[in-house]
Amino acid sequence: MDHNKVKQKRNNYELFMKSLMLISTLVTGLLVIFLIAYVFVKGLPNLSIEFLTTKPSYITEKIGILPDILNTVYIVLATLVIVLPLGVGAAIYLTEYASNKKVVGLIEYAAETLSGIPSIIYGLVGMLFFCQFLSMKTSLLAGALTLVIMNLPTIMRTTQESLKTVPVSYREGAFGLGAGKWRVIRTVVLPGCVDGVITGCILSIGRILGESAALLFTAGFAHAVNGIKEGLVSPGATLTVALYVYAKEQGEFGVAFAIAAILMILTIITNLAATMVGAYFSKRRNR
Amino acid sequence: MRKTKFIENLIHGIFLILGLATVASVLMITIYLVVAGIPAIKEIGIFKFLFGKTWASTAAEPSFGILPFILTSIYGTAGAIVLGVPIGFFTAVYLSKIAPGKVREYMSEAVSLLAGIPSVVYGLVGMLVLVPEIRKLFHVPDGASLLAAMVILAIMILPSIIKVSITALDAVPKEYEEASLALGATPIETYFRVSVPAAKSGIATAVVLGVGRAIGEAMAVMMVSGNVPNMPSLFQSVRFLTTAVASEMAYSSGLQQQALFSIALVLFLFILMINVTLNFFLKKDGKEA
Repeated sequence: MDHNKVKQKRNNYELFMKSLMLISTLVTGLLVIFLIAYVFVKGLPNLSIEFLTTKPSYITEKIGILPDILNTVYIVLATLVIVLPLGVGAAIYLTEYASNKKVVGLIEYAAETLSGIPSIIYGLVGMLFFCQFLSMKTSLLAGALTLVIMNLPTIMRTTQESLKTVPVSYREGAFGLGAGKWRVIRTVVLPGCVDGVITGCILSIGRILGESAALLFTAGFAHAVNGIKEGLVSPGATLTVALYVYAKEQGEFGVAFAIAAILMILTIITNLAATMVGAYFSKRRNR
Repeated sequence: MRKTKFIENLIHGIFLILGLATVASVLMITIYLVVAGIPAIKEIGIFKFLFGKTWASTAAEPSFGILPFILTSIYGTAGAIVLGVPIGFFTAVYLSKIAPGKVREYMSEAVSLLAGIPSVVYGLVGMLVLVPEIRKLFHVPDGASLLAAMVILAIMILPSIIKVSITALDAVPKEYEEASLALGATPIETYFRVSVPAAKSGIATAVVLGVGRAIGEAMAVMMVSGNVPNMPSLFQSVRFLTTAVASEMAYSSGLQQQALFSIALVLFLFILMINVTLNFFLKKDGKEA
């Protein structure tokens, strides 16, 4: 009889835990589906060619998001151009040069700290340092530089990870043939970290596309159409900042959802790209 | 020969500088926050600043007490953890141990997507779905409240909790589980009484990461929490540390602006504390492995 009781108890436990797991997973899954569906249903009908290719006009009282798209592209490009050499260089230093454990520890601790700092603090310090101290004013470049600091740990980590997969024997082989350190890095190590750099780029692009708090006070929220040169030195809203302003300050929910739909599509694309690149490179490596 | 040596050294130097860029950035952020944040605290008085219950920065006789923000940030984060961690935890156990390959693959993709959705999109959906629902469901005059922020934050921390927990659970040695199964435990008992305890510091790391993400989130919270500097209460409009900075920065000046920097400094100290906790768990994990 006691035996039966224990059995009953075990069965109940089993059932309870199993249903909790299934419910939780279902909730998570449905949440994702709901978010995507809701944003698309509300946003896609508001998308049109005109909406994507014009700027907001007070005369026709129509809103277009061309300037925001351009600003986003500029800021992504500017950030990547600056952060790539920094991040890859730091990773190469850590894996190829650094011999002092304390220095390595310090750099890694710094990178960890950076990835934990909230974006609003980046925005604030970016405003103080780039906009005021370096007198860049509120501009896309100041925003991009702020994002450089934010994304530095990402690029560094992904590059470091792929550098670790370059076999030591390759390096030794090159050294054995009489190559200097710099030559080894250029010809053996750098080609080996391409996958890490690409993954890092995709992750960073995703992060930049989604960033808003760090850009509010550094890049501002203007909607002017500029070329890249002018654009970088003048203030401008990226898509996320534009979404925030349209939704919270102007109550233009149709426009906000249209931008949200675009951002959702971009998020899906960057995620798929990250997965595909990861699969491609791990397949190539295992061959 | 001398020339190559020179070039090698030069390049070594360049890489060292690149490597130290992260350290320089952290130093810059710390120094700027401290230098910008201290004056207002000095002027207001640290006790009055941290424990003052009213924030009226634009009043004729301004008062700068940030206790409401601190408490709101703590309650909001705690609420997000209470709502988010169980769901994330059980999802992670299911995906790591039971789910068939295809389910796991699709769900991982979905969770990554959840992590990638910009916070303003969460804020927007929260504003138009969650806030009205809360108003209807609980019959309160305005749904923009601490509760709405908690729910949004719970959803936003799900991905970090699920991902990090899955990594920890996947790393549990197969032998542990096999031994438990061989002793007659059912698979479910094995997962929860052997695998989960074995992965506990990894799961703790996941929770701490979630805390960090929740306390630092600004935009989504700003859009759903109403943004009035009340003392925290579940159905009242509240302001967080992050949103306090974001909402007044654009038009502030003088002591008011300095006080905002001080708030950022307080937030930064919170984050540093979380980092220390995180390192503690990571080190523990490293030792056990």
